[in-house]
Amino acid sequence: MTVAVFFGCTFIAFGPAVALFVFTIARDPLRVIFLIAGAFFWLVSLLLSSLVWFITVQISNKNSATQQTGLLIFGVVLSVLLQEAFRYGYYRLLKKANEGLLALSQEDTMPISIRQLAYVSGLGFGFMSGAFSVVNILSDSLGPGTVGIHGDSQHYFISSAFMTLAIILLHMFWGVVFFESCERQRWWGLGAVVISHLVVSCVSFVNPHYQGSLIPTYIILSVMAAWAYLCAGGSLRNLKLCLTCKDKDFLLANHRPR
Amino acid sequence: MTDLISINCVKLLISALFYTCVLCSSVEQKIYVVLNETVPCVRLLNATHQIGCQSSISGDTGVLHVLETESDLDWILSSGPHPPYMVIMETAFFNRSVMMRMKNSSRVAGVAVIISKTGLADNFSPHTTCPNQNTGVYSESYGSDLANCNGTVWNPLGNGLSYEDFSFPVFALKDENQTQVLRKCYEDHNQRVNGSAPQYPLCAMQLFSHMHAVTDTVTCMRRTDLQNRFSINPEVLCDPLSDFNVWTSTRPLNNSAKGHAADESVVIAATRLDGRSFFWEQAPAAEGTVSGIVTLLATIQALYPVTQEAPPPRNIFFSFFQGEAFDYIGSSKMVYDMEKNDFVIDMNNVHSMLEIGQVGLRSGRSLWMHSDPVSRQNKSVDTEVSEEEGKLSLFSHALSRSPSFTLSLSLSQPLPPSSFQRFLRARRIPGLVLADHNTSFTNRYYESMYDDAENLNVTYPPGLTPDEQLVYETDAAKSLAEVATLVARSLYLQAGGEEKNLNNITADPKIVSHMTSTNTHTHTLTLTLSLSLSLSPSLSLSLSHTHRHMTSSHTPPVTRFVQYILANLTGTVTNLTESQCQNPSELSTENKDLFSYFWVSGPASVNGTREPFCVRASVRLSKAVSPAFELLEYGSRNYSTWTESRWKSIRARIFLVASRELEVMQPALVELTETKQKNISAKTEIMFIK
Repeated sequence: MTVAVFFGCTFIAFGPAVALFVFTIARDPLRVIFLIAGAFFWLVSLLLSSLVWFITVQISNKNSATQQTGLLIFGVVLSVLLQEAFRYGYYRLLKKANEGLLALSQEDTMPISIRQLAYVSGLGFGFMSGAFSVVNILSDSLGPGTVGIHGDSQHYFISSAFMTLAIILLHMFWGVVFFESCERQRWWGLGAVVISHLVVSCVSFVNPHYQGSLIPTYIILSVMAAWAYLCAGGSLRNLKLCLTCKDKDFLLANHRPR
Repeated sequence: MTDLISINCVKLLISALFYTCVLCSSVEQKIYVVLNETVPCVRLLNATHQIGCQSSISGDTGVLHVLETESDLDWILSSGPHPPYMVIMETAFFNRSVMMRMKNSSRVAGVAVIISKTGLADNFSPHTTCPNQNTGVYSESYGSDLANCNGTVWNPLGNGLSYEDFSFPVFALKDENQTQVLRKCYEDHNQRVNGSAPQYPLCAMQLFSHMHAVTDTVTCMRRTDLQNRFSINPEVLCDPLSDFNVWTSTRPLNNSAKGHAADESVVIAATRLDGRSFFWEQAPAAEGTVSGIVTLLATIQALYPVTQEAPPPRNIFFSFFQGEAFDYIGSSKMVYDMEKNDFVIDMNNVHSMLEIGQVGLRSGRSLWMHSDPVSRQNKSVDTEVSEEEGKLSLFSHALSRSPSFTLSLSLSQPLPPSSFQRFLRARRIPGLVLADHNTSFTNRYYESMYDDAENLNVTYPPGLTPDEQLVYETDAAKSLAEVATLVARSLYLQAGGEEKNLNNITADPKIVSHMTSTNTHTHTLTLTLSLSLSLSPSLSLSLSHTHRHMTSSHTPPVTRFVQYILANLTGTVTNLTESQCQNPSELSTENKDLFSYFWVSGPASVNGTREPFCVRASVRLSKAVSPAFELLEYGSRNYSTWTESRWKSIRARIFLVASRELEVMQPALVELTETKQKNISAKTEIMFIK
């Protein structure tokens, strides 16, 4: 539409993620490196899945609409599975790297914990996934027109931005839950991550009924947020203390500086 | 080796991925509907002014509104709540008063004019009332009481729209399907319900027609010169209007011998080749120009065989001048070349001149001869005048021989706008201009898009196939054939031919029918014996430089068309081979100075094959660019200084626009999230302590 829509949608989609990056990751170069590596792994998974999809589309019947839709669904499912596979691959790589890092570093303790790695890699996956989802749409939002002349919904840009925001945060939560499940050998956790990822991707097929796709996505987002919080070590008591600003007393009681 | 192969395979795969678009359903296609057929109005400049239309460099956007009634006009100009508006103008509203109000308003982003016959007023001429008033023969020093149309206003219905400068784009909508798309978008989104304003989202249109040149020719050519001299990648801003004149003669003239031709006395028969209208490259000019071209071509067809059998003492020189609408570009160039001894003949060779003006609308079967009263009044050149009068009476005597119409002499009036005026400026030669009007033009659509075959009353009985229409002798064709016969016979007499041969000179209405047919078969530039070319609907002056970005025009340049028809009518078939035809100077029997050689693909035979052959004719092209550009006098008052601006892209598209509130709301949402973030990050320690 105009520059205002462009900036609005950009900030909606990437705002929280960039804020997370700036406040929690940017200061530590090691975290930045692992974030970028995570983004790269996601990119490779996308490349592979798009290659497969491209080849299957070329050999398919281009005129048949049902076949093309079927191929699209197949492509989405394959992409999700490949992304999760690459997340697992990254986990294995990080485990190996951590041992190497420990050997190299001067200190006795690990420079970065596996939980931090989970968070950082999830956010890296999220950044790259968000970029690929929304950058194309953002560039078209700069022009003077908005979607709708062929009867599509007007809320295309803002829905895409909110969906992208949800996906980025979801990738971060999935990363945390996934790595935790791998550490604890809880394979049902892995399955839950994969299935929720599939659900979120496939629910986008009901678009342009945006309420049908955004609401389930955000429900899953809040569930995964709570799960990730619990995996990361949080509890309801801590949350209440934090939110009601009784943390000062708590810290004093535990002899920790603020 | 295997590494190289695998690397190459990977490279091939990656490049294939990049360059193949599997499913091009991009977001852009959801937003924009691109209009394919765009007919813009472009900017032209002369020594002192700029005319035409301009858009901003990133296009002009406006909310669509269809202008059908007076209340719509009021809505657009004052009361509508969503300015600026992109006006879709019905035909009836495309007049001077409405366009001037649009020009003075800041609420108009652009205009798209629907071109149709419904609602068309009974006259529309965007040209000025006095065409070419500053570059004709009448001025302060010559016939000052006749200058600036003080004597006769030639185009009283002219509203001068073509010569106004608009700061917004004006496009023409000729394609009915495209107009329907626009109307549908307007009806779906922009229509007023019960007098209240329409709600967002609204249908809007964006027009791109950014012109590079500004102010006038002097400024533009100066900037172009600077670019050419100092820039690594010079950017030309405007181009002088230029094309070619077409000329031929009954006796071949030596093209390499410039200057005065010995023992040649020439009668010039001339007409114009171009037309114009408000929009770019749209100029049917049926009555304004085509009638003259067809008549002169039919004249040549009638006269040529007789002049070969019984040649008259004087040579007859037929000339088609290009660019006459823009201050006589073609004729001023030819006169300039003649005076500079840079042409096959010079002014001393010219005996007299007969020009064919607008001759298509002969109501009451009358034809008028116009002459210049000033040159005839000059008593000091007595012998010349009496010679002129003698010749003129011979002319009129010859012309009025035919009983099928009346011929009248227009005595007290100035000459109408014609190429003959430029010849008179150089030398007082006797001459006449033939026209179907006495005082002002009978053409009610002079130099407009509506001067088409219908204006010429070319009508066919119902039920004819296109091929039958080609050979049907319409009334218009018969009328033009009569004029052609007359002109041919009078030219023969004027050239000193004998009266006994006059009866063999008759123009064939069938050829004239061919040429005025409104058929829209695809055009072929190759000559076929059946002459199935139809006269193209556009006679606008084409520019000769090759750096045009424009989409290919689907009408062949008229210059080529006339050149090939002339070659067909006056040429002889030779049995040269293709290489000989292209290099005839190698043969001793052929003379490249006297003739030009055309390799023609021939008529299509029954099984589709063609047998090409070489045609030799004395048809030539001569460059028609204003002498002002050769003399580098860009601000010249004597010669035409018209240039056309260059542009990068001309296109149009429609889309929906949303309200400003929706746009502004979105960044506000984002501010909330950012502030929360910092608070939370400060409390991470507390949140994750066990």
